[in-house]
Amino acid sequence: MGAMTRKPAVSLGPAYFLWDGPKWRDFYFRIADEPAVDHVTLGETVCSKRQHFSEPYVAEVVERLEAAGKTVILSTLAMVTLERESRHVRDLVRDSTHPLEANDLSALGLLAGLPHSIGPLVNVYNAATARVLAARGATNICLPPELPESSIRQMLSEMPGFSFEIFAFGRAPLAISARCAHARSKGLSKDNCQFVCGDEPDGLPLRTLDRKSFLVLNGVQTMSDTCVVLLGELAALAEAGISRVRLSPQDCDMAAVARLYRGVIDGDLEGDEAIARLAEIYPTAPFSNGFFHQREGAAWVARGRNAGLGQA
Amino acid sequence: MELICPAGTPAAFREAVEAGADAVYCGFRDETNARNFPGLNFSREEMRQAIALARARGVLTFVALNTFMRAGDEALWYRAADDAVAMGADALILADFGLMAYVAEKYPQQRLHVSVQASASNPDAIRFVVNAFGARRVVLPRVLTVQDIARLTRQIECEVEVFAFGGLCVMAEGRCSLSSYATGKSPNMNGVCSPASHVRYRQDGDELVSELGAYTINRFGPDEASGYPTLCKGRFEIGDVHGYAFEDPVSLDVVDQIDALRQAGVSALKIEGRQRGKAYVAEVVSALKRALVAAPAERAALVARLRAMSEGQRTTPGAYDKRWR
Repeated sequence: MGAMTRKPAVSLGPAYFLWDGPKWRDFYFRIADEPAVDHVTLGETVCSKRQHFSEPYVAEVVERLEAAGKTVILSTLAMVTLERESRHVRDLVRDSTHPLEANDLSALGLLAGLPHSIGPLVNVYNAATARVLAARGATNICLPPELPESSIRQMLSEMPGFSFEIFAFGRAPLAISARCAHARSKGLSKDNCQFVCGDEPDGLPLRTLDRKSFLVLNGVQTMSDTCVVLLGELAALAEAGISRVRLSPQDCDMAAVARLYRGVIDGDLEGDEAIARLAEIYPTAPFSNGFFHQREGAAWVARGRNAGLGQA
Repeated sequence: MELICPAGTPAAFREAVEAGADAVYCGFRDETNARNFPGLNFSREEMRQAIALARARGVLTFVALNTFMRAGDEALWYRAADDAVAMGADALILADFGLMAYVAEKYPQQRLHVSVQASASNPDAIRFVVNAFGARRVVLPRVLTVQDIARLTRQIECEVEVFAFGGLCVMAEGRCSLSSYATGKSPNMNGVCSPASHVRYRQDGDELVSELGAYTINRFGPDEASGYPTLCKGRFEIGDVHGYAFEDPVSLDVVDQIDALRQAGVSALKIEGRQRGKAYVAEVVSALKRALVAAPAERAALVARLRAMSEGQRTTPGAYDKRWR
């Protein structure tokens, strides 16, 4: 059965956090050396004010990744409100020699007729929408983390052969705002933020007043405290025809994370075993898969022992 | 500028028409609209009657079908669009690209408005929905300053509607899964945010604790007024500081900037509040209607009256003011 299934590729999403330039560069150099990763989407996605941190290093990072045989996709901003931001997206669309990932409606519009990817921050909840986007040039759609398994399966069955990507690792991007809660928490505002979000390279924890972990702040973005982990669901997703499995960078050894996902996809590693090992690689956050199982997103639904590919 | 008024019930609809609404927006009683609350919204027959009533009085009816279609169940949304068109809705307010494409193709003459939930926040985004779906109007997300709006309207061939009064989303609308992260129910998929079904209040010593799902959203001391646990307006702990991490329990009010919004090229002002009662709708609509034509000096009294009706009696200009960021 496993042999009949086309194996999904492993894709690395854009790092949503503010990492300083050298850290950002070294992170991707490490990924370049990791055979488990096939596609890499990169570039500042959350806040245009941060662009100058990574920009000086983009060219060498792209070159290194491509030399290692990775497909490189450039990300676009999740929220575009300023003229400067509009110009940035337009320049990317006009000048880029790489495929782009659209994360807002301006990129969707500007990319019409060009092959491109759709990021998980664009609302694609059904095949009718996916077909509209595909007709305009989208060749790969990373589905929103909020989607339940039933919706994912429905879209895969309606569009066989189309490349769908699933958000399978990382803190879930839950919201974005014009206001920067991260800066506000330190007595600053978005316009004079002093880039304090860079102090928390894996997000700033926000707890309830009963001290229960809940969310993390990442600049203008709010993310889940839990880390989405769909290792136990990979076999079913592969069988259903998912083309790519997205790993969203956290401040941990992402090459090791990619090897675990690759191991499960290849049938070399059982889901439960991979989950146990993942907890050692990324001990910072509890795991969740509630969105996928149509529960509250923060929930963790344990899978039966036979869920791993290794059991097939 | 047109005044676009909310109606969650036929009674509120009548009040809005009586009070001087230029248009009333409402939705069917199901998950096709983003105010899918128990006891709210319109049956097909109620919608038919509401549209007829409005038409007789020269008032427009906008039907909101502004959730995202659940994969495999698109027929529910398509049927709602078919029915709204057949009933003579003056505009459909849509968020889902698949549904926009369906309406644009099947009913090219139907006026299509892009919901705030679609998050079209810049000129290129608006050109996209105009070119792809023939959108005639865009409801702007509450992420722009008045200056941003003025710059934007100069660059597009599409009417712009903005929220002026009522509930305030702190997050970009249609791009927020906080509610489903805590409860499994989201605005985009279920038409609800921080749903009452998941709200619990409990007494803890002399504090009243409000909870949403498994999470404490606020604790109120004995002398504090308690409020509904809307997730983004809760009190949380960051480091060792307790406070309203995203926004205080305030509502939106930019009535004192009516002239600036008009000069910015805004076509219509929208009042949030389909979940509010008919008395509230009547009061807010009539006060805003008068504010729209009042001389600036007379407006202050109307604004003060409106403010007293807001959630918690506290308001903010939100993102319309650059300092809010």
